[in-house]
Amino acid sequence: MAELKYVGTSVPRKDAIEKVTGSAQFIEDRFLGPMLYAKMKKSTVAHGKIKRLDTTKALKHPGVKAVLTGKDYPNKIGLYLVDRDFMAVEKVRFWGEPVAIVAAVTEQAAVEAVELIEVEYEELPGVFDPIEAMKPDAPIIHEDLGSYDLVPIFYPQPGTNIANHFKLRKGDVDKGFAEADMVIERDYYVPQMQHVPIETHKAAAHWSPDGKLTIWSTAQSPNVVRQLLAKSMNIPMHKIRIISSYIGGGFGCKAGASLEGLVVPFAQKFPGHVVRIVFNREEDMQGTFTRQALNAHLKTGVRKNGRITALEYKMIWDGGAYTEYGVNIVRAAGYSSTGAYDIPNVKTDSYCVYTNNSIGGPVRGFGMCEMQWGIERQLEAIAKELKMDPLEIRLINGMKEGSTTASGQVVHDVAFDKCLKIVAEKIGWGKKEGNFRGKGIAGLVKCPAQPSNAASSAIIRINEDGTAHVMVGATEMGQGMLTVISQIAAEGLHIPVDKIDIKVPDTDFTPYEWQSVGSRITYTCGTSVKRAAEDALGQIYRNASNLLEVPPEDLIFDGEKVYSTKDPTKSATIREVADSCKKCTGEGIAGPIIGTGSFVPTNMTNLDSETGQGNPGMFYCFGATAVEVEVDPETGVIKILQLAASIDSGKAINPRLCTTQLHGGTIMGLSTALYEEVLFDKGIMLNRNFTDYKIATIENVPHMDSFIIETPETNGPYGARGIGEQPMIGVAPAIANAVCDALGVDFNTFPLTPERVWRAIKAKQ
Amino acid sequence: MSEKVNINFSVNGDQETREAVVGQTLLKFIRDELHLTGTKEGCEIGECGACIVLLNGKPVNSCMVLAVELDGQELVTIEGLAKNGELDRIQQAFIDHAAFQCGYCTPGMIISARALLDRKPSPTDEDINEALSGNLCRCGAYQEIREAIKASSKK
Repeated sequence: MAELKYVGTSVPRKDAIEKVTGSAQFIEDRFLGPMLYAKMKKSTVAHGKIKRLDTTKALKHPGVKAVLTGKDYPNKIGLYLVDRDFMAVEKVRFWGEPVAIVAAVTEQAAVEAVELIEVEYEELPGVFDPIEAMKPDAPIIHEDLGSYDLVPIFYPQPGTNIANHFKLRKGDVDKGFAEADMVIERDYYVPQMQHVPIETHKAAAHWSPDGKLTIWSTAQSPNVVRQLLAKSMNIPMHKIRIISSYIGGGFGCKAGASLEGLVVPFAQKFPGHVVRIVFNREEDMQGTFTRQALNAHLKTGVRKNGRITALEYKMIWDGGAYTEYGVNIVRAAGYSSTGAYDIPNVKTDSYCVYTNNSIGGPVRGFGMCEMQWGIERQLEAIAKELKMDPLEIRLINGMKEGSTTASGQVVHDVAFDKCLKIVAEKIGWGKKEGNFRGKGIAGLVKCPAQPSNAASSAIIRINEDGTAHVMVGATEMGQGMLTVISQIAAEGLHIPVDKIDIKVPDTDFTPYEWQSVGSRITYTCGTSVKRAAEDALGQIYRNASNLLEVPPEDLIFDGEKVYSTKDPTKSATIREVADSCKKCTGEGIAGPIIGTGSFVPTNMTNLDSETGQGNPGMFYCFGATAVEVEVDPETGVIKILQLAASIDSGKAINPRLCTTQLHGGTIMGLSTALYEEVLFDKGIMLNRNFTDYKIATIENVPHMDSFIIETPETNGPYGARGIGEQPMIGVAPAIANAVCDALGVDFNTFPLTPERVWRAIKAKQ
Repeated sequence: MSEKVNINFSVNGDQETREAVVGQTLLKFIRDELHLTGTKEGCEIGECGACIVLLNGKPVNSCMVLAVELDGQELVTIEGLAKNGELDRIQQAFIDHAAFQCGYCTPGMIISARALLDRKPSPTDEDINEALSGNLCRCGAYQEIREAIKASSKK
């Protein structure tokens, strides 16, 4: 490969100056025009029939323009399983579910009117534990499950609360257990968490009399919002425009479609108005996706030499009241169910189960943090039983070049051992540092969870002066997409990064992107941009070839001019080539240069419905986390003494931004490991603000050592793969393993709050 | 409709007289009346720090202050830090150290950092941790934020 000029450099972020000066526009900063304010009336029971819903008083309240209920607007929406009501129609399925919505001329009037809506419920027995919900006599939450539209890779069981049952059978698990010298069987539990981006969910809608719907949204994936609204509301796609802006943190909660549809009917009713809905912190925590809780049961067979021979993994997920998106998390965890390890015989059953808790859905890691908690804790238990070094057992079983995943996919470009060794070495693995101190390690892996035909596309326009505009449908939520994509474009175009402009998406102008999720954008959008750049560069050479009468293969473009390598006096400026290129006789050669590129993965397949075997991974990204902790036995407080994280990013397009992603994911993992757990009491979310739901502050974050490993991904753009979610996965198990090493106390769940740790210490005494 | 009163104040160095709705928060006033949208709303109850501004040089959560309290005071928002097109050194340090990701908490973060540096030009890690403990960053840029503040300290 020729030497890279822009890829692999830590250029400053494209959005830097805007973001440090307060001029960066987030979506609410762009809500302009005659405004109406929408506010929701929310359910006060977790499961119940709506007996009476009276909006008369609310409608008469000064400033109120309209009130809508679920009956006025019985549309359903869903990414994979169309099970979700915009507003409850006849029954409510979770506490806080919207039952009506008010539009008023001021926010205050809307808030007051919501209080005047009268609702009576006939409460139904609720079910709040997915294991209970699977029992034959459990109350049924979705009576019409059998009639819902779905992508036919999901397997709901109508008449039950099971929204998806993913089955995986690899090798012969009975044979594997027969070959084992030891079998370990344990249960694990991972609670719900919340993303809590500092910017809550927001949207606004505008309807023009010619039938054009414009939506401004915090959505991570404008094209999916357009697609789902088009289907749900029967509006052709060219009549829907979704405008994105900088997003104040996504982490999965703004994936798919969320609150946009709530304001559309008001916009249609009041053309010319901008109808806005802005979730407050409580609404954001309680009314948007939570991470699905997981009940995990692992049975592992292992030989004395540490080689794992069989794994039986049963996962029961709390899908919450709607699982339109969550069904795919359950599938992804199922097909990845050996984590970063090569296990020859596997039997996995992963169940997505409806409960009357808040809606489950995607969170950074997409099931991997939850599923690999059990894998990494179980490895610790096995190492302990075998009196084996926990690092050693990971190296013995860890995936290598040519290993197969749970779904039988062969993995390539793997340097998992390197990821493990580098963090272990950093924290001084193997050296015991004193009482109450311990060290722990965990491996991690994740592939993007996406449909096998999830596509990307890009358009590059070359300006008359040789600067360029890159147009893509990916969103910027902090991950650094604008910068990395510009670097890929710069490399392909030979045009410096500072001469490239890139904007966040607007579906009327930017080309299709499936979703900005799954750590996939660098790879998918990046590939389409690389292709668009190659297309544009080809046009530059073709035009110059005509102009200079030099074969294109003899030409070089240096970013300023195109010249012949054989006779450098034969040269043309980029202006001469790009600005409606013409010969000296005045005859035109070519018009403006527009490069296009698109991408769809060609290495993914469907999975067998009975065995789950196939190729679900576009690429696999490995990493590892190692920590040293000191535990105060009196208080149970864990102090992180050392924290090292590694990730195999492939070619790091922007090493500094890779490091910030690695740090950010590790901190989010640390925060969930030590503090975060959504608490429910019969479906009522109890901790709905930052005082009750604590996330890591700057005070809680120790110094981190980070390692970017660069094993090139053969099919990635310039050898890159995505890393946004992965760093989070290993943190909780690494810390639990370290606490276990320090005190010999064991945890099957987290967060490792002082109380939980203290209780474990007391129980051991 | 809601009662309004006249208030006199300075904002980013300019003297202003405006009407403020009684009961309106300073945050809403800054965003909706002064149209300075760099100040962000994250929680409305003083927990997250996204709306921190300088009031008479001290950092405050503008969601916890009423607009009418601005009368006679001096307000500095994120828009007031850069002078004559030149970034404040803490802004430049945030860029140099990639001390933000999504950028939503960044205005509040930078204002808190500015207030700390004004008070203590050479802060220790502990000083930084304490001064910024009311600014939540979910993207987890804390390590880079610490580095940026250290880099802008007086050596």
